[in-house]
Amino acid sequence: MLKKKEYALVGETAFTAETESGLRVTVVPKPGFRKSMAFLAVNYGGADREFTLSGERFSTPSGTAHFVEHRLFEVEGQANALTTLSERGANANAFTSPDMTAYHFECTDSFFENLRLLLQFVSTPYFTGEGVDRERAIIAQEIRMMEDDPEDAVYYALLRCLYAAPALRESVAGTEESIAAITAQTLRSAHRAFYTPRNMALVVVGDQDPKRVLETAEELMPETFAPMPVRVPEKPEGPLPLKMSDQRAMDVGAPLFLAGAKTKSGLLGRESVKFELTATLALSTLLGSASPLYRELYDAGAINETFGYDFENTAGYSQLSFGGETQKPEYVCMRVLEEAADLAARGIDPAFFARRKKTALGAALRAAGSFENICCNVAAGGFSGYDYFNTVEVLNTVTAEDVRAFLAEYMTVDRCAISIITKKGQST
Amino acid sequence: MKGVFEIPLTRGVRLTAVWDDRFKTGCLSATLLAPHTKKTASLNAILPYVLRRGTARCPDSESLAAAMDELYGARIEPAIRKRGEVAALGFCADFPDAAFLPGRPDILSGTAYLLGELLLNPATRGGRLRGDYVRSERQNLIDDINAEINDKRAYASTKLVEAMFRGESYGVSKLGTLADAAAISPYALTKYYKELIATAPLELFYCGAEEPERVARVLREALASLPRTGAFAMPTTQVRTGFGDVKEKILRETMDVTQGRLVMGFRLDRAASQEEPRYAALAVFNALFGGSATSRLFLNVRERMALCYYAGSTVDRNKGAMFVSAGIDPDKFDEVHDEILSQLASLANGFIEPWELEAAKRGVIGSLLASLDEPTGLEGLYLDRAILGSRPGPEEFAALCELVTAEDVAAVASEAKLTHTYFLTAEADGDA
Repeated sequence: MLKKKEYALVGETAFTAETESGLRVTVVPKPGFRKSMAFLAVNYGGADREFTLSGERFSTPSGTAHFVEHRLFEVEGQANALTTLSERGANANAFTSPDMTAYHFECTDSFFENLRLLLQFVSTPYFTGEGVDRERAIIAQEIRMMEDDPEDAVYYALLRCLYAAPALRESVAGTEESIAAITAQTLRSAHRAFYTPRNMALVVVGDQDPKRVLETAEELMPETFAPMPVRVPEKPEGPLPLKMSDQRAMDVGAPLFLAGAKTKSGLLGRESVKFELTATLALSTLLGSASPLYRELYDAGAINETFGYDFENTAGYSQLSFGGETQKPEYVCMRVLEEAADLAARGIDPAFFARRKKTALGAALRAAGSFENICCNVAAGGFSGYDYFNTVEVLNTVTAEDVRAFLAEYMTVDRCAISIITKKGQST
Repeated sequence: MKGVFEIPLTRGVRLTAVWDDRFKTGCLSATLLAPHTKKTASLNAILPYVLRRGTARCPDSESLAAAMDELYGARIEPAIRKRGEVAALGFCADFPDAAFLPGRPDILSGTAYLLGELLLNPATRGGRLRGDYVRSERQNLIDDINAEINDKRAYASTKLVEAMFRGESYGVSKLGTLADAAAISPYALTKYYKELIATAPLELFYCGAEEPERVARVLREALASLPRTGAFAMPTTQVRTGFGDVKEKILRETMDVTQGRLVMGFRLDRAASQEEPRYAALAVFNALFGGSATSRLFLNVRERMALCYYAGSTVDRNKGAMFVSAGIDPDKFDEVHDEILSQLASLANGFIEPWELEAAKRGVIGSLLASLDEPTGLEGLYLDRAILGSRPGPEEFAALCELVTAEDVAAVASEAKLTHTYFLTAEADGDA
């Protein structure tokens, strides 16, 4: 049965239901829009490498989830599903993150035909040895493209500073060496374990009939009676980085850096939303473009408009990061940590905090306007037990003291590691 | 959507207002249209960034940010876009719709006034744009030009365009050259700025729930001090033809990369690109050749031959040019280069399957209609329309795409002349 829920603060309505087979279905109606989006997500990502299924232990190479995503579009005896969706004018794609794999399309025509195909191809694997070999060459080029990208390089070097667990240190695409070990059988095992309706979610945003969406999902995602996979947990990560700094040289125009710290792990439900909102507000208060520190560093020419911050909460772990292009990475990092200590000791000016919260409200509304963002967050919320559309309500509960406490605990010299890319032939 | 309204506000200033209450954020942009030349490129590129540093009322980033916080995080960002040989420079703003905010504050007026201040009342000293701001943004511009190398794919495209259009304004990067950037002075920039706001056509765009007449009223007030003395001539793009006998020039550069970046540049006949029915053919051709997941390049170079992760084509209708770009193994240059040309030749010879033509049309029309559901998509569409002069609207353009035949596509393919190829490749063993 479809349940209807209205969210007055963001002006949205959501219909939710679960199919007989356990697939979570959410429809967010968007009357008056011509485009619709469908998003089929699997609670499985690049970090899920060790798991058991009915007691049998599986250990898969780095890059397996991403490889499955690439090959799954293949349909036995028919054209590749990406080709068919594109032929009908749909804009289709897929992505793999550390904790999610998602297949999605956006279209203005033939929505239900496309939805049927999406549900079919994702639940019906067709992995052949020849196809896997061909894809390996394509993925190798994707990996090389990332290796040449200084922003990817600085990011993954930071992860390797922070984390000990291999699954948290490596890119979801894996390496050319790790993907060499992936066979059609590897992909089949991973698909059988994780692509079971109870481990998946379907989100539709657009002017579509919720009942018909649910019926289509019931028809094409039948009960499989498959066992649920059990992740083998990584060894717990301590609060401190494994290594405090990393430096490498590349062909770049200007040096860049990314500093960061591990924050809370194992967050679930409303608590994870509140923690994320607190972290983002803390970072924007400390070093966002409205902050005194940003003005100081920008006016001094120490940072430019590439300077920014991020907070990520994936695969049970969370981390904060900040950085950008600069000639003085260590200096900028030091000033940020000094200012954080200062704010943590002094407390946050209530008027400034009230203003920052207004901007956070605006940002939450802006994000709720994007179809893809709604899909991604509703699916992720389903997997970790929170309701995305309550974000604004949760935001209202974040206090200046929450933000101060966050800075005091995480923005410290012993917790922050720094990754630096220097310009080849120039030392810092 | 309740409708699209074109409202002339004053001399050389036009407002395009899309009245639409479906969105949670409103969108407002103010764009000056100026010639993109070697002399002006760096000035165009730096100006919005200097103006964004502060206004007479909010002279620094902190006070500006405070004003925007009060508008619930309205963003007013500098924008510099290159369309053919036209520079479109100014600000793009977005802000939450008042309906979702406590007490329904008048965010539109607040944002419009701040936008007006940024454009017309910058922070000055002694009548000039502040020297410290100009010098600091000059350094940022120099850093940006130097950082073009960070994104190898974009860098390869920039190098190709530079070589292919040497001697034409189009060959100058959107950011200009290092030497021109370094030469910017507060005096020269102030002079250029004053001339520009007095004489350049100004395009305003709004999309949101407010009535267009009200938006026009608010903007008239916000821009009341705009000086208007010029002829407001619309800048244009020079299109050269006659490349029939030109031989392909291949340029190689080596760098510390693991993947090679191949870019090929083609000239297209002027008529193919600028007239609307021919542009529909060009758009369908591009989707069929390299602009979609059903394209020849995607299905052959990537899927069948597994030579790359990306291979695609883009066209610039303003200049009459097409660019093909692929990230490949350094050893596979010949194979990929030849395959790209043989796919183009096959289209030029009319070997076009009905399904691929149909798929290309669905792709072009689908993404066009989807962009009507996004404020920023609409902003881009109407800016392009302003630059090219009055044209049929998106719906009519979609209808024109339906009429494109295989012969039309073959005609575009046979007009494409490869003049330059650029290959950024690995240093040691991959270097042929």
